[in-house]
Amino acid sequence: MSAREVILGRLRAALGGPVPAPAEVARDYRGPGSAVVDLDLFVERLTDYRATVHRCADADVAGTVDAVLGGRRVVVPPGLPRHWLPDSVTAVPDDDLGVDVVAAADGVVTGAAVAVAETGTIVLDAAADQGRRLITLLPDVHVCVLRADQVVATVPDALARVGPYRPLTWISGPSATSDIELSRVEGVHGPRNLHVVLVAAESGTPVDRELEAQG
Amino acid sequence: MTRSFLGMPATAPPGVGHLRGTEPFPAAARRALSDAQLRRNLGHATATIRGRSAAVIGEVPDWPGLRAAGRAIKTDTMARLPELLEQLEAAVTAAGGTVHWAADAVQANRIVTDLVRATGADRVMKVKSMVTQEIGLNEALEAAGIEPVETDLAELIVQLGDDRPSHILVPAIHRNRSEIREIFLRAMPGVDRALTDEPAALAAAARRHLRQTFLSTRVAVSGANFAVAETGTLAVVESEGNGRMCLTLPETLITVMGIEKVIPTWRDLEVFLQLLPRASTGERMNPYTSMWTGVTPGDGPQAFHLVLLDNGRSAVLADPVGRQALHCIRCSACLNVCPVYERTGGHAYGSVYPGPIGAVLSPQLTGVADNASLPYASSLCGACYDACPVMIDIPSILVHLRGQAPHPRAEATAMAAAAYTMDHPALYAAAQRAVRLGRLAGRRGRGLPPPLSGWTASRDLPEPPRQTFRQWWAER
Repeated sequence: MSAREVILGRLRAALGGPVPAPAEVARDYRGPGSAVVDLDLFVERLTDYRATVHRCADADVAGTVDAVLGGRRVVVPPGLPRHWLPDSVTAVPDDDLGVDVVAAADGVVTGAAVAVAETGTIVLDAAADQGRRLITLLPDVHVCVLRADQVVATVPDALARVGPYRPLTWISGPSATSDIELSRVEGVHGPRNLHVVLVAAESGTPVDRELEAQG
Repeated sequence: MTRSFLGMPATAPPGVGHLRGTEPFPAAARRALSDAQLRRNLGHATATIRGRSAAVIGEVPDWPGLRAAGRAIKTDTMARLPELLEQLEAAVTAAGGTVHWAADAVQANRIVTDLVRATGADRVMKVKSMVTQEIGLNEALEAAGIEPVETDLAELIVQLGDDRPSHILVPAIHRNRSEIREIFLRAMPGVDRALTDEPAALAAAARRHLRQTFLSTRVAVSGANFAVAETGTLAVVESEGNGRMCLTLPETLITVMGIEKVIPTWRDLEVFLQLLPRASTGERMNPYTSMWTGVTPGDGPQAFHLVLLDNGRSAVLADPVGRQALHCIRCSACLNVCPVYERTGGHAYGSVYPGPIGAVLSPQLTGVADNASLPYASSLCGACYDACPVMIDIPSILVHLRGQAPHPRAEATAMAAAAYTMDHPALYAAAQRAVRLGRLAGRRGRGLPPPLSGWTASRDLPEPPRQTFRQWWAER
């Protein structure tokens, strides 16, 4: 008899009786769409967890990236908008780079799928402007460019915007630990520097990448 | 393997893993209480985390609603556990993963060891995981000639210090910064001798120490915080980035999870991803949460194995009162508020699951007889119930399990006699007169005569009142 049959048999014996229908869970909390996005709160929460926030227009993203990573080697995911990259960086396009090459780079620039204002969280879903998970993990500086319309209010809002069939990475500030006397210390294995570039939404040119991706 | 009758819920087997201590709680606690440094470290750490957690929970206007939803989802999950596990298996398999079932720790260790051997690797890197501690996976791997490398900072401190974990979230909570520095200087190869005890410097030392391991190890072992039956998605919640390294860089990923970690739907994550970080590390959101569904071509491990572990959980499920211990999301909030844990630390509990949740989970996983002192490792103050983000009624389970623990014959006889007396008013009045006579005879407080002296050895017997309520009532 397989372990599978043994375990399932034990569990059915433990419960006894017929299988109940799925219960209706009372969701007496703020679900998707029930809270208002507060961009200032988003910035405050990011800053509280030691991320650096830059607010600028889309045309000024390259200048912001230049100020952070100018003169350095930067991994670039395949779908990153080219105008976000300044000429001052040495772009290393990720065409299946080896881990050592990625680890040797100084930084990485990506977009994001969605962000959560209330928790100061950005969510990556490995779309073309974000790339493979490892490129945002090994370099020590991560610059993440977000459009203001990608910021939602709460965790339920964010989960409703992303799906299970892409690997997801939820990032709240730089790598940190609370393992020494339960005090939070930034900077362990992940990027020790997280810069979030928040691009003001431009009226008249809404590009809803999520809808495109899911459609 | 023992020949077990099909379908009988079974407890975790002895002789493997870390669910049973070597001595009863009172003996271990007495030694821990005499360690002043340990008490200072624990007092400082638990006070810190309580303050942080309370602050971020206070920011959320709908915390009670989230807790109630968390409990409702877990109750529904347990009622349909076999069906949800089958659904999870089908979804993971459809997404390119391979699902294995392990009835106990021995089977799980063998499955993981065989999977590692098949890759030809002689080293695995590990994300912090309670369940692999529970089954003693590191010992099993070492016995097979495979080196397990713990990558979580606190687990690394424990491993380098040849120590045992003492907290669910922060296994090295019993160590302060200067002790950690000493462990690193002693056991971390190539460490800078000028290392200071600044937490940032210690974290940086761990970063340097593990970097090459992350880049070169081909197999990783993780636990799981949540597994979504509907989609086959696994979620791991962490802080340092060691989890992301292990979940992303190797060729093969082996995830071991207790069967109770399954949740029904994708949407259910919106509840637990809010409850867990605020109750656990006292953060609005932990730095990194990774979610993956099977295998993603070109991104991350191209071989994914999920090991579903029973190891006594079916026995817990069989008890309608104790069952809710399976709702635990391993946040450790109950440890941080417990007056007993704060003074004794985690080692005194013997099991890898310490504190209030350990006192109800460990005895149920092993059978109460094998952890009979743990249901008493509590003052029943109820702080754990108040703190639990999924509202597990730990005090009620403790009382329930105390009823199952073996009791001395004298105590059982005395309780039966008391029950009979209280059922018969005349006898009861006579007993009360006798107690008053005892008072007049000058036998003050504290002790009962043998064979009942065991009961009062650790309890003060209250002094009988001058006048009983019935006398007062009769005279008014």
